[in-house]
Amino acid sequence: MRIVVKLFANIAERAGTRQVELELRDGATVGEVLEVLRQRWSKMTWNNGLMLAVNREYADAARALRDGDELAVIPPVSGG
Amino acid sequence: MDDIRICSEALDVAAAVRQVTCPEAGGIDLFLGTTRAEEHAEFGALVALEYEAYEAMAVSEIRRLVAGARGRWPVIHCVVWHRIGRVAVGEASVIVAVGTPHRSEAFEACRYLIDELKKIAPIWKKEVYANAAQWQAEKR
Repeated sequence: MRIVVKLFANIAERAGTRQVELELRDGATVGEVLEVLRQRWSKMTWNNGLMLAVNREYADAARALRDGDELAVIPPVSGG
Repeated sequence: MDDIRICSEALDVAAAVRQVTCPEAGGIDLFLGTTRAEEHAEFGALVALEYEAYEAMAVSEIRRLVAGARGRWPVIHCVVWHRIGRVAVGEASVIVAVGTPHRSEAFEACRYLIDELKKIAPIWKKEVYANAAQWQAEKR
């Protein structure tokens, strides 16, 4: 299956991209994708307390993904 | 009516007030968040904040918060506008305005909305100083 990963703010800046497409085994979890990303950018500093969202809703690491899902890596928010 | 927007134009306070004003709203509370002047020991004076948002999700998360506020207080009209892009010192980055029948619920609903927005809406600020810039998420 294929999913789209969106990166934002400091993470996007460090990674040098805002969007990545990944080919994954069916049923891969949100946590596994984060691990794939950490390996791809292994020299980069990743924030503690990253949140994740699937299709624009917060999701936990155990959430299984489906083909076509949009996963977002959300660094600590600071709106307002 | 609820009006939730992520926008890059300057925020119009008078327009927000008009939007939540109606004969049934005896209390209108408006919170305006602005870029505060600051001095960083190493980077110098703060010039502006640069905001970025995951727009579709920010809107849907704020919409959920407004629904939550409506469950707790008799909100008649509600405005939540957040700016993205560069917001200079002294300019507004966020408006939350609420109209309710009485003042106490207007204060409470407005405070709830801005407090929760800051905790959950996927919006980020970068602090731009005279000599450097840093994401709040990497602050030092």
